[in-house]
Amino acid sequence: MEILMSVLAGILFTAGTYLVLAKSLIRIVLGTAIIGHGALLLLLTMGGIKTGAPPLLGLESASYTDPLPQALILTAIVINFGTLGFFLVLSYRSYQELGTDDMEELRGTEDE
Amino acid sequence: MSWLHLFILLPLLFAVIIPILYKKIAKIHTGWFVLVVPLSIFVYLLMFLPMIAGGETAMYALPWIPAFNIDISFYVDGLGLVFGLIISGIGTLVVLYSIYYLDKAREALHNFYVYLMIFMTAMLGVVFSDNLIVLYLFWELTSISSFLLIAYWYARRQSRYGAQKAMLITIFGGFSLLAAIIMLGIMGDTFSIRELISQGGQLVQHPLFIPAMILLLIGAFTKSAQFPFHIWLPDAMEAPTPISAYLHSATMVKAGIYLVARFTPLFGGTMEWFWIVTGVGLLTLFWGALLAVKQRDLKALLAFSTISQLGLIMSLLGMGSAALYYGEGELADLHSMAVLAAVFHLLNHATFKGSLFMVVGIVDHETGTRDIRKLGGLMSIMPISFTLALIGSLSMAGLPPFNGFLSKELFFTGTLNAASLDIFRMETYGFLIPVIAWVASVFTFIYSLILVFKTFFGNYQPERLEKEAHEAPWGMLLPPAILALFVVVIFFVPNVLGEYVLEPMMASILPTLAGQFDFHIEAWHGFEPELFMTIALVALGIILYLTLKKWIGLYNHMPRVLTITNAYNSGLKGMESISRKITNAHMTGFSRDYLRYIFLIFVLVVGASLFLLDGFSFDTGNVAHINMFEIILSLVLVGATAMVVFTRSRLAAVICVGVLGYIVALFFVVLRAPDLALTQLAIETVTVALFLVCFYHLPRLRQKEEGDGFNVINMLIAGAVGTLVTLVALSANGHRLFPAISEYYLDAYELAGAANMVNAILADFRALDTLLEIFVLCIAGLGVFALVKVRLARREKNENQ
Repeated sequence: MEILMSVLAGILFTAGTYLVLAKSLIRIVLGTAIIGHGALLLLLTMGGIKTGAPPLLGLESASYTDPLPQALILTAIVINFGTLGFFLVLSYRSYQELGTDDMEELRGTEDE
Repeated sequence: MSWLHLFILLPLLFAVIIPILYKKIAKIHTGWFVLVVPLSIFVYLLMFLPMIAGGETAMYALPWIPAFNIDISFYVDGLGLVFGLIISGIGTLVVLYSIYYLDKAREALHNFYVYLMIFMTAMLGVVFSDNLIVLYLFWELTSISSFLLIAYWYARRQSRYGAQKAMLITIFGGFSLLAAIIMLGIMGDTFSIRELISQGGQLVQHPLFIPAMILLLIGAFTKSAQFPFHIWLPDAMEAPTPISAYLHSATMVKAGIYLVARFTPLFGGTMEWFWIVTGVGLLTLFWGALLAVKQRDLKALLAFSTISQLGLIMSLLGMGSAALYYGEGELADLHSMAVLAAVFHLLNHATFKGSLFMVVGIVDHETGTRDIRKLGGLMSIMPISFTLALIGSLSMAGLPPFNGFLSKELFFTGTLNAASLDIFRMETYGFLIPVIAWVASVFTFIYSLILVFKTFFGNYQPERLEKEAHEAPWGMLLPPAILALFVVVIFFVPNVLGEYVLEPMMASILPTLAGQFDFHIEAWHGFEPELFMTIALVALGIILYLTLKKWIGLYNHMPRVLTITNAYNSGLKGMESISRKITNAHMTGFSRDYLRYIFLIFVLVVGASLFLLDGFSFDTGNVAHINMFEIILSLVLVGATAMVVFTRSRLAAVICVGVLGYIVALFFVVLRAPDLALTQLAIETVTVALFLVCFYHLPRLRQKEEGDGFNVINMLIAGAVGTLVTLVALSANGHRLFPAISEYYLDAYELAGAANMVNAILADFRALDTLLEIFVLCIAGLGVFALVKVRLARREKNENQ
């Protein structure tokens, strides 16, 4: 299962990197979202995938899954969402102001 | 804090009040106040002479950074004291001269004297410092103040060029010196010059000995304008003439000489030191003399002459270092004559060259030009200047009855002695030394004649001069006259200097021979080879001077491309254009390129270190089972990912990213993380909604939605990143070193009263993370609000309309 998850994370990273290297701004934002998903899966896998009960004490199970990576992932999801939302609005505003989403045209001025 | 500290820092302290004097007492030339400073230092230093003559030295320490062995310790011995006397003595004369040279109304005098005072402290600090770090500090201060003084008339392009050139070259040498100092500090575990010299014998074996020597010599050679670093000195002639006389003939350019002399006890006696110092010195002597003949500008002529004479002193120090090889005995005494010649010529050069610069300044000041093609026939108009110029030039040429004759004879003695050496492979090449020295002396003779004859003899051409020529005021004539007086007096009574000046200096340079020097400088020493050399050079020099017109044209055949200045200029230009090309090549302004660099370096560094450290490990023993459900989820995930990458429609891509997010949520369900699944579902929904809102509002600039087209390089980079992430994940899985700490959280109910462990961690055990995560969301929200609401640029545009 860990091997499968590692490969999946690798695939997500590949796709995300490829999109981040694209010219269109919206594809770059999509790429960051995908890399984010890959990172979440990676975190979960690295915590060790044990078959046990969900980390709820009322279940009286013999073993539980590790709660710590889950807490970390929860934090990561929220932060991911915050930055992604900001990033999206930023790209939307830059469309409005600059009239393009092509990174090749968004190079700044010559004298920078 | 001793009196010596106070007097060395006096110019720097005085510099603070110079601008006040300049503003408040505008009627009196500021230079008159400044004059007191070098004069008092000179008088104070004179009081050390009897002590030094008695063979004693003095040390004054002032702790500065004791933890790093750095103290402002000043050490008074023969070498330092004589340099100090030259600096303060000629400093006094230069300040007097500058009072008449610089106009009170037109010149920014406060700048001039502030820079000059900084320089004076710096130079005194260099020659008295015993601590190498402090010496380096003062050394760089001389470079900086010299830079400021060269560019004193900063509105002129040539001044700025000269100042920049001097700065670049001397600072380059300064860094080299710093490296040498650090190496010496490592070798001897001290920064004190005296302590280093006292352990000299052991340091020769140290592997850093030769590198430290070479770096130190580069520092000394750049400062003292030795070949090939001499190119800054002629361009430094853009400075006002008092500065050229002071810095670029008497003091700063001798700092390198001082350094070589100071370190002779440590490095001298080795073959490398002998050959480098002698060789570079002779080359500089020859090259400077050769080029001086060609100059049309009097100051440029004097600049090349200074370069040449500095080479002479340098080569003598090199030859004299052979005395340390022998240590004691007859041969040591024989070769110590070269050191005597060096210190003697050092003094003589300071007198006649300072005087010559001041005379040239007078000619420039009173006629408006320094071009020898325009000058001529000034002898009867400026008789005093002419006399002074004649004394200086003939002394420089090495004729009696002037002090230059004595030191030139001693120089020939030194070269002949060096030629007879049978160590350091001198038996093969030794004969070259007197030959080169003699040829250079012929050229020295020629340019000395050019200097005085072309300026003061011939036809007076008032129509070509900018001003009507007349004699200078006494205040301008007095300083060169005092120096010229020394030139003559030293010739007649050279041995007065012996006990008080020359012997203590030699004792500092050759400490093993201290107290046993036996010399008597005589103007007439019989029909020795030196005398015939002088007669021959005078004869040849006169013939060549008379036929000057016939062969001066040869200089025009020297290709300009091959000059060192040309190499410097094109080197500077080349470095600029190369760095511009490099910058332009990789700083494209296109974010994709930068991301490619980042990803490539990430892959290379992480991949290479994994590979080199043999970090790959695949442990399949401890993995969980895969069930059918997970395989189906994985397939859907891969399919959705592929869709995002390959679809041409943006909408499809957004929806596929949504699918991806839901699949991840389902994975959370499968892997028993209910809180994560809930959050992921909610957030993915909002995100997709946001994406769609963005699309709805997109301006319809490009109706045709186009993909990027397939890019092989991007795909390769992406593939490498993904593969590396997988490999790292797998390897990390195989490297579990210790069990997780999660057992602790199983007690969440007792510890925190919570049954949901994840929530207990978020809100209790690790609540700080959560707090800051809330901040992140708040800031993102405010940021979005600001982005949407605040539109400064457009509002300004509207207001302008």
